[in-house]
Amino acid sequence: MFKLEKRPQQSQKWIYLSPFLAVVITMISGGILFAILGENPFEAIRIIFWDPLFDPNFASYSRPQLLVKAGPLILIAIGLSFGFKAGVWNIGAEGQYIMGAIFGASLALAFYPMESKLIFPLMIIAGALGGFLWGMIPAFLKAKLNTNEILVSLMLVYVAESILASVSQGLLKNPDGYGFPGSRNLQKYESAANVEIISNSGMHWGVLFAFITVIFSYIVLTRHIQGFNIQLTGEAPRAAKFSGVNPTANIVFCLGISGALAGLAGMFEVAGPSGQITIEFNSGYGFTAIIVAFLGRLHPIGILLSGLLIALTYIGGELAQLMLGLPGASIQLFQGMLLFFLLATDLFANYRVKIGTN
Amino acid sequence: MIKKLLELDGIFKSYPGVIANSNISFDINVGEVHALLGENGAGKSTLVKIIYGLVKPDSGNLLLNGAPFKPGTPSEARKAGIAMVFQHFSLFEALSVAENISLGMDHPPNQKDLGEKIKSVSESYGLPLDPAKTVGALSVGERQRVEIIRCLLQNPKLLVMDEPTSVLTPQEVDILFKTLLKLRSEGTSILYISHKLEEIRKLCDTATILRLGKKVDTCTPKNTSTKKLAEMMVGSSIKAPKKINKPAGRILLKIENVCSLSKSQFGTPLTNIEFDLKQGEILGIGGVAGNGQDELFAVLSGEQISQKGSISFNESNITKFTPNQRREIGLLSAPEERLGHAAAPNMSLIENILITAEQSQDLVSRGFIDWKKSKAFAEKVIKEFDVRTPSSKNTAGSLSGGNLQKFVIGREILQNPTVFIVNQPTWGVDAAAASSIRQALLTLSESGAAILVISQDLDELLEISDRFAALNEGTLSQIEKTADLSFEQIGLMMGGAKDLEARNV
Repeated sequence: MFKLEKRPQQSQKWIYLSPFLAVVITMISGGILFAILGENPFEAIRIIFWDPLFDPNFASYSRPQLLVKAGPLILIAIGLSFGFKAGVWNIGAEGQYIMGAIFGASLALAFYPMESKLIFPLMIIAGALGGFLWGMIPAFLKAKLNTNEILVSLMLVYVAESILASVSQGLLKNPDGYGFPGSRNLQKYESAANVEIISNSGMHWGVLFAFITVIFSYIVLTRHIQGFNIQLTGEAPRAAKFSGVNPTANIVFCLGISGALAGLAGMFEVAGPSGQITIEFNSGYGFTAIIVAFLGRLHPIGILLSGLLIALTYIGGELAQLMLGLPGASIQLFQGMLLFFLLATDLFANYRVKIGTN
Repeated sequence: MIKKLLELDGIFKSYPGVIANSNISFDINVGEVHALLGENGAGKSTLVKIIYGLVKPDSGNLLLNGAPFKPGTPSEARKAGIAMVFQHFSLFEALSVAENISLGMDHPPNQKDLGEKIKSVSESYGLPLDPAKTVGALSVGERQRVEIIRCLLQNPKLLVMDEPTSVLTPQEVDILFKTLLKLRSEGTSILYISHKLEEIRKLCDTATILRLGKKVDTCTPKNTSTKKLAEMMVGSSIKAPKKINKPAGRILLKIENVCSLSKSQFGTPLTNIEFDLKQGEILGIGGVAGNGQDELFAVLSGEQISQKGSISFNESNITKFTPNQRREIGLLSAPEERLGHAAAPNMSLIENILITAEQSQDLVSRGFIDWKKSKAFAEKVIKEFDVRTPSSKNTAGSLSGGNLQKFVIGREILQNPTVFIVNQPTWGVDAAAASSIRQALLTLSESGAAILVISQDLDELLEISDRFAALNEGTLSQIEKTADLSFEQIGLMMGGAKDLEARNV
């Protein structure tokens, strides 16, 4: 008989260990799944987790992709982690990501074809503002009318997607695009292009911003009173109120910062890897970032690592599709399993297993 | 001849890190009131849960009427004739008395028959109760009656009562005791759990004393002095706090006509609260739980802004001040609920220092936290208030109730408050910690601070407060000098009699 016994204090060891255990269990379950599909499980796992980084045929393409994919995930997940620590559940980062991209691209297209060093910095501000404003809608409704931010922010994703579809066929459509939907390609507009800082590394400005955000978030959470207040609100809301934390300011801060960072990620994406506003611009980074945030224990360094890992599953999954003909949904399945097993192994942080009879 | 009802033999139960019950053996006879006496954490609750089928012992045997008894669930225990009244009631506030009682029955009769039955049982035991009333509208004493009647309807052989008097006024206690004695005369055994020695000496035939999970002794309380009982319970003699009488100074805090709605549906709104708090005095506010204590505390700590009336501090109006603004001028407070309100359970003691001491100890400059200073202050509190913890890095939730309470009270007192508001300073705290907290409050008042103590422990208020008032349904009674009050007068004040003279007491 197994018996679960509550630990007197949360185990620090397990808090850090459980993500690794979750990865291992995901690999095993994934392997079983691939075996059922008739593939060699070891080969499939190698293709997903090893080949993108070390196979001489693929690594030159895949390695830069790692940063390209991890950048937005980390940027968004860092923003979300503030809210998740405080119990403010922003599920709509995808929508804020889209709005940041639309704001950033709109600003650039408004100046087109003028060339100026000021355009890119202005786009950064516009992108952050777009995401921020989109995040303020659930914040305002929660603070004033006590609505549920999970529902409001999630539903606003679909509103943002509709706006995206509308502008890519209307307002922002490329006049020289032979009637195809989609905006001008910003990669070809020098002042607005988000270029690689080091060529062939995948390190564009957005990735740099993501790294800076990791450091910034680390400092805020460990040294700054705002970070403390966020954590206190999440741990013990009544104690936070007793301590004088203003709940409204807290909601606004959490949704504001996660919205702004998601917006930034969207802006860097549209000006860089994606290049243009199209109907299919968004690819689910805003949702996947939720997994990244939790897999990283809502800790900045953890998010950095989990962002890279999830990026690897994207690239490896694509490779597996190509090499083994696995269905495209298998990447999402992998990511979903990872979150599932993480939540399951988290049990060990608070409980220990006792083997024996009653 | 004395017949044994329930025999406990070598009961042992351990939890991770603690042995709750170690080798406990005693007998409960038919028709006796048997006290289970011990401090918080002595293992009383675990033992009772074993008897009631909520917890299985690791080893040891129970015999009921001479036959082995191993209740796996409470319903099995109930079938065997064991009923229990818990300290924390399990009642649905939105349902009526009869509905609540029928929910706890295995085969409930229809509401009308049940209503009649409730009426007849409640009247014959002197506990009048209207079966159609909504529980939310009942006082705490009446709610307890619902729980007792629920038990009596099963015709129990053994009635277990867990700290029943902690929520009652002295008059209500008398009524309860009459009921219990009537039950005893009918042959029902009662296991009575308490740490109140006088009560036990008055009511109980036998007492088993537990300390740190072990049985200390079984004795006849009537033949044992209170002092002896206390020593057996605590294990050493406790120093009673010393109170020095001194004249009170000028008025520091003035509350006028304060009204405040409660946030929760079944809370109690405050109406026209008025009092002064003077330098160097302790004002005790008594009353049965749920009569507006939490609301009064929230209005004074600044967590709730009163809708009407004014609060002034040193003659300046602070009615609309936030909790932090109040802290800045020296008005500090310590709430009743330690975990989740006064402290964050999963955060370290160092982090918990920041909850209230940020301003006075200058722990934050330009938004950045000075962790060194916070740690130093946490360690000062730990040292001066004898908080038992391996380190200041341990979480608040890992401390025992008494130690965390010392930490919470110490955190405020070491900030040298001008006015200190405290709600239930020694609730659920062991006797030694309680006595040291009371002493700290007295010392603080001698240094010139004004202290408001909200408490349900009358003995505590009589021991430390200079003046006394009671909260009843959100209104405050007249304020009287504690030294002039009798228990009877206090009971009347708690029951809502405003003008003692007019009632001809």
